[in-house]
Amino acid sequence: VAQLLSAKEIAIACGPGGVGKTTTAASIAAMAAAEHGGRVLVLTVDPARRLADALGLKGIGNDEIRIGDEVFRQAGVTPRGELWAAMLDTKQSWDDLIARHAPDAETRQKILDNPLYQNISGRFVQSHDYIAMERLFEIHSEGKYDLIVVDTPPTRNALDFLDAPQRMADFFSSRLLRWLIVPYRSRLVNVATKPFYQIADRILGTQFLADISEFFILFQSMYEGFVERAEAVTRLLSDRRTTFLVISTLEATPVREAEFFSAELLKRKLHLGAVVLNKVLPDYLRDAKATKLAQSMVERTEELADGLSDDPVVAARVLGEVAESFLNFGVVARREAEQQAELKGAPDILVTVPFFDADIYDMGGLLQLGASVWD
Amino acid sequence: VTAGAPDLLQLKLVFVTGKGGVGKTTVAAALASLAAQQGKRVLACEVDAKGDLSSLFEAGRTNFTPQQIAPNIWSMSMDTEASLREYLKLHLRIPVVGRIGPLAKAFDFVATAAPGVREILTVGKLCYEVRERHYDLVVVDAPASGHIIGQLAAPQAINDLVKVGLIRGQTDWMLEILSDPEQTGLVAVTTPEEMPVSETLELTERVKVETTVHMSAVVVNRVLPELFGQREEVIFEQLRQSDNVEILSTRSGGDVAPVLEAARLAVTMRRTRSAHLQRLQAGLPVGLPVLLLPYLFTRTHGLRATRQVAQSLGEELGQ
Repeated sequence: VAQLLSAKEIAIACGPGGVGKTTTAASIAAMAAAEHGGRVLVLTVDPARRLADALGLKGIGNDEIRIGDEVFRQAGVTPRGELWAAMLDTKQSWDDLIARHAPDAETRQKILDNPLYQNISGRFVQSHDYIAMERLFEIHSEGKYDLIVVDTPPTRNALDFLDAPQRMADFFSSRLLRWLIVPYRSRLVNVATKPFYQIADRILGTQFLADISEFFILFQSMYEGFVERAEAVTRLLSDRRTTFLVISTLEATPVREAEFFSAELLKRKLHLGAVVLNKVLPDYLRDAKATKLAQSMVERTEELADGLSDDPVVAARVLGEVAESFLNFGVVARREAEQQAELKGAPDILVTVPFFDADIYDMGGLLQLGASVWD
Repeated sequence: VTAGAPDLLQLKLVFVTGKGGVGKTTVAAALASLAAQQGKRVLACEVDAKGDLSSLFEAGRTNFTPQQIAPNIWSMSMDTEASLREYLKLHLRIPVVGRIGPLAKAFDFVATAAPGVREILTVGKLCYEVRERHYDLVVVDAPASGHIIGQLAAPQAINDLVKVGLIRGQTDWMLEILSDPEQTGLVAVTTPEEMPVSETLELTERVKVETTVHMSAVVVNRVLPELFGQREEVIFEQLRQSDNVEILSTRSGGDVAPVLEAARLAVTMRRTRSAHLQRLQAGLPVGLPVLLLPYLFTRTHGLRATRQVAQSLGEELGQ
């Protein structure tokens, strides 16, 4: 990963939910700042509060803020470069986008005040995917960072964010949009669109339809800017300097999703840089000798524990639990090793990160995780 | 067994949600399976069609038309376009829906341009099945916690946005079903880990503030067994002392260090997780039942896992 990231400007961490994507993205960014130097930004979605607090990111918002060197020094590291972080605030990013593309202040204000817009920017689920990529493009085009590590939002479908820019462009150039911005009165005269409006009217009500129409008429003034932008975002994702890191664990469902994701990246000719497998159980759990030993321990607990403590009954029980626990986790470790062996479409770089007994909640933890991914 | 466990199985409509990766689909399948065992006719609906829900019953992919996949269990995957088609057929009496303009376009329109419509077509279909009493229980493998609020709040949002029209007339009866704690409940699934617990606490608050749906239970999945009590932990530490490790190794005829190390790892994992579990319990409203499901070591997927989870869930519910 160290080599990979020395050649890339954007690393997009993606994969199924609940596998430690956010933490992995942060630790890779921290390693890059510490080892490669330069300015590194991690664009994150929803970091654990304890981690954000420990990094001094309290109240972090859409603006990028720097993580102090003292945070690194507390972990015993003097970073060669700078680590910056920003959170993705969907609503704010939409507002910024409107401000950038609106032809004049009046249009901008009208859009911002429109109830439909507020609904789309705040509540609309899909808008999150687009805005993440849009924000990445925005930051990248400012040229302030050597490396940007992106933590992708949890989506219904892990690929939604890849399609989001294209969907946005399609939407703005669709005939549908043209229908919507036909002035209301002339609608019912047009033979082609009449049935459409009749039904839409019956379902949604005339007033609502008029509201929608007004909104899109306003939006149309930004049409060209939007489509151009969405296309530029798409180009950036397939640029040689962009790479994707697929993060997963070795549990059955995440592995299947990660496999699917890797295949899709290849299909779209996007660069799959590495697969990172988190929370991998230690190898000794699969050790054949230790397993045999644990099996025999279960049978002979009293004899083995004899005289080793002041309470032989409890000691025997403890020893039994210890051996059983080893065997239980041994089954899990073997199943996961098999999942890894069966992992298809893996790129040259396949990294495993060991299971950490405690949660990662400070720079020390991030760098510890990062180190196992790095070289 | 948690005191005051809800009669989840007496509800008519149960949404099962949770952060990605916590096992919400498994819990939804287990709930369906438990209700079916009691002789109820159950519809299990998958909202994010990935085919995971039916695979937990060893059945193939399902579509919008419910299909029996196990005794007393029917399964369907939500398809908002099909839902719209059904709706138009039922309410507008438009027989040849395919011909009215291009339906796909019209659908694009409602789904993309009018926020909340996609959501309401999902919730609407589910409420419809409840109202028509086609099944005794509808279990929904709902979207992850980030998305469920938008879905559950959609009828209210539409009510606020759309003042007249057919949709407006439809939201009232939906809200009636959704707001009735005797009929509809939300089950949040989590694991005893940092982010899932934080998200569950946040979700609980948002459900209360932003929706009219009643939270019925929190299910904590993958709870590790407690290896030792306090007394046993003291003894365990004694056994781990180096001279004892040596004696144990000699007696058992091999190096016991990895075996003891694995137990230490298990104890630490369990301890970290109990802290999160306590934080969860402390942060949830008083009286909201918390149901615990054990970590499954041997099988985590398929019908076998579903049966095991269903059994544990049944025990937690006092069945």
